[in-house]
Amino acid sequence: MDMTPLWISLKVASMATIFTFFLGIIIAGFITFKSRVKHLADGFFSLPLVLPPTVVGFILLIIFGKNSSLGKVLLKMGINVIFTWQGAVIASVIISFPVMYRTLRGAFEQVDKNLIHAGMTLGLSEFKIFRKIIISEAWPGVVAATVLSFARALGEFGATIMIAGNIPGRTQTMPIAIYTAMQSGDRSLALKWVCFVSVFSIIILFIMNFITEKFVKR
Amino acid sequence: MKLYVNIEKQLGDFYLKSSFETENEIFAMLGPSGCGKSLTLKCIAGIETPDRGRIVLGEKVLFDSEKKINLKPQMRNIGFLFQDYALFPKMTVKENILLAASDKEYACGFKERFCLQDVWDSYPGEISGGESQRTALARMLAVKPEVLLFDEPFSALDNYLSTRLEHEILDITQVFKGPVVFVSHDRNEVYRLASRIAVMDEGELIDIQEKHDFFDAPKNLASSRLTGCKNNSSVIIKNDKIMATDWGVSIYLKDILIPKETLYIGYRAHYFEYLGKEFKKGDNIISCRQERIIEDTFSVIICFRNIDNTVKSENSLLTWEIEKDLYDENEDDIRNSVFGLRIRPEKLMFFGK
Repeated sequence: MDMTPLWISLKVASMATIFTFFLGIIIAGFITFKSRVKHLADGFFSLPLVLPPTVVGFILLIIFGKNSSLGKVLLKMGINVIFTWQGAVIASVIISFPVMYRTLRGAFEQVDKNLIHAGMTLGLSEFKIFRKIIISEAWPGVVAATVLSFARALGEFGATIMIAGNIPGRTQTMPIAIYTAMQSGDRSLALKWVCFVSVFSIIILFIMNFITEKFVKR
Repeated sequence: MKLYVNIEKQLGDFYLKSSFETENEIFAMLGPSGCGKSLTLKCIAGIETPDRGRIVLGEKVLFDSEKKINLKPQMRNIGFLFQDYALFPKMTVKENILLAASDKEYACGFKERFCLQDVWDSYPGEISGGESQRTALARMLAVKPEVLLFDEPFSALDNYLSTRLEHEILDITQVFKGPVVFVSHDRNEVYRLASRIAVMDEGELIDIQEKHDFFDAPKNLASSRLTGCKNNSSVIIKNDKIMATDWGVSIYLKDILIPKETLYIGYRAHYFEYLGKEFKKGDNIISCRQERIIEDTFSVIICFRNIDNTVKSENSLLTWEIEKDLYDENEDDIRNSVFGLRIRPEKLMFFGK
């Protein structure tokens, strides 16, 4: 059995999660504590959650394609994201971002305002309050958001196949491998991948519950 | 250093109007829950923004709506003790105190000063209420604030702890050179700690007085109630007599001048003079029958009505407070028969609107 879909999936999902993590913390933090247009922002950043992934993939193709201005600039720099694993990372970031964003927003909103006010009257800078108080208070939420968005990135199919295609050994992730196996009538291979992905996902869920419970007790 | 506050803020139906000045003293705001005391403190600290007005500390303008000045809380250097202390739960006592302190050595001095040696490396969830409160005080003082604000610091504490905290606050304020403002709904607390007292009623700061004057002669009904005056009545004035309509008794005032525009009178529960069950009816004398007797820790509280009174209003049930000894001597008469109480006119308090 060719194991490359597993490694490609892990590589793409891990890379995507790192990007989503930092983007999510910065954007969710900014929107929660600084923005005056929270509803608007919430709607905008949740869009990929309601749009079909193929639509997101289509939009990404237009943005990064060879005919777009961004695509041309990237091409001049020797970067091509279409039909590469980097393209799959971009798709996964966009698709998993709402999960990260919404979970973090919820966690940040629940931080006791008095703690923030106390930090302010003590003269702590906003950045320090965010880093030392808010993040540590919202830590279970941050962990949950990260694990959930990793799981979402791992399961990404629609947008990924649109932008990165289905190239075995290069861009074929586990969900795409299952689809391809079914298409070519190889049911037993599909079943193997299905079992693999299922076990993997259940392990992730357990890890997440373990971590959040441990933090809630403290 | 002088703290000048004159602010207004609209919050839904609630309108806050707060104006006072204080200088190197303990200034207390007394008022029922939800009257805007805490909101005033938060405006001073910069956590909330008033709609209009000015806040000035010494030479430094903290807030001025006309000049569009609104310093961030970080720039105001104001110590704020929160009602629930707001200790950072994921940090040890030491980290809480040192986090914002620039002078670490000075901040570490609070370890001994507030007896925190044993809990220095513990988390807020693991320490007692008294230790939490001392940690919060130390954290506030460690950044060397110029003003101290206390937001109902005693409300969550039992009697023993609040007495201890009172001592701490008095100790601190003896050394602290700057304005101290604290808010409370407890008149005893306020009386023990503050030198000047302001009453806040439905968002408006009324009746600012030196504390002795405040308790002897509150300027209006709301402040008299807050000072613990339990008996109030509306009055009709006739020459040298007044008729207390709620109590159904006429009071002869002899040489006492009635302030103009008097609409209400107040009388403290422990000023009644006991006349026993054989007494002559007349001016200043109420024929009483008890309705409820409540034993307090060191006194007995007797709720009674004037049997000759035809009016039945919220204020027609009067309260008399006596020492246990006097009550024990006369228990049978007070409990079972009609007894006389005399109002001493010199102890009456008069209020306008």
